[in-house]
Amino acid sequence: MTANHGNEIDHGDHTHPGMDTEELGYHARRVRAMETLLAEKGILTIDEVQRNVDNVESRSPADGARVVAKAWVNPEYRARLLSDPEAALSDMGYELPDPTPKLGVVENSADVHHLVVCTLCSCYPRALLGRPPDWYKSFAYRSRAVVDPRGVLQEFGTEVSADTEVVVLDSTADLRYLVLPQRPAGTEGMSEDELAELVTRDSMVGVSRALSPAPVAADD
Amino acid sequence: MTTSEQVALSNGDTVTVRTGNPSTHYRTPVYVQGKTGRVVALCGVYPDPESLAHGGDGTPYKPLYRVEFPQTDLWDNYNGPPTDRLQVDIYEQWLERTA
Repeated sequence: MTANHGNEIDHGDHTHPGMDTEELGYHARRVRAMETLLAEKGILTIDEVQRNVDNVESRSPADGARVVAKAWVNPEYRARLLSDPEAALSDMGYELPDPTPKLGVVENSADVHHLVVCTLCSCYPRALLGRPPDWYKSFAYRSRAVVDPRGVLQEFGTEVSADTEVVVLDSTADLRYLVLPQRPAGTEGMSEDELAELVTRDSMVGVSRALSPAPVAADD
Repeated sequence: MTTSEQVALSNGDTVTVRTGNPSTHYRTPVYVQGKTGRVVALCGVYPDPESLAHGGDGTPYKPLYRVEFPQTDLWDNYNGPPTDRLQVDIYEQWLERTA
């Protein structure tokens, strides 16, 4: 490492101004240095970086839940979400980064239960769901989800019978996967907003199902 | 995205994943290397990550496929029925069509 003199990193023959790095940790300093270099070389601008950070920070599972609830009540929207996710998300005001990563949507049913993992890193549909939970990035989840998905599902409290096929999706490349969970029984007549409340983050990763509606109090 | 590149495989093709540990930034998990599966989708044509990660411009772009394997073919003593499957996105240069 080169010496750090106040606000400037001294590389001997040249310096990088404006980087107040004294209080940052090792990784933050590295990231800042790379960001500055990429901007200096004209590969990206600091504004672009900030816009992307803002975009991810502004997203949460509630955004994914809105999309899922709409697909539950509107068969045309559901078909569009499965066949052309970008267009379907754009309809609801969610713009995905261009050109990649793309979004893939897979549907859970009584016959098939999908579960998403990224064994190589921690690919996650951040543009829609925001930041992934820590367990999603853990070595334990990333290795065990592919080897023993039914065991992992059980640990999340999700029992999947042997006549339901479990399909693990390892998102290793340019697609990020969103699970469209199965609509729970007993939700007929619920509004889109009410349905969205049942759609959890974990159900969109596929480690669990959507919540069942609270039972209506017996009128006796 | 350019789509002018040749797409050699189609849905239903039986493919075997090549083995290797090149020094490039490859995206092919070791646990599927050498395994035989089936193409279930063409995911699109994308800048080649093995070029992008080393200062290249990603050309020629490479077709990316979703390939499916029976879980019981991937793991000894798999804990589940033989209908359970695993799908993983693999670039074309890692796939060989199997007769």
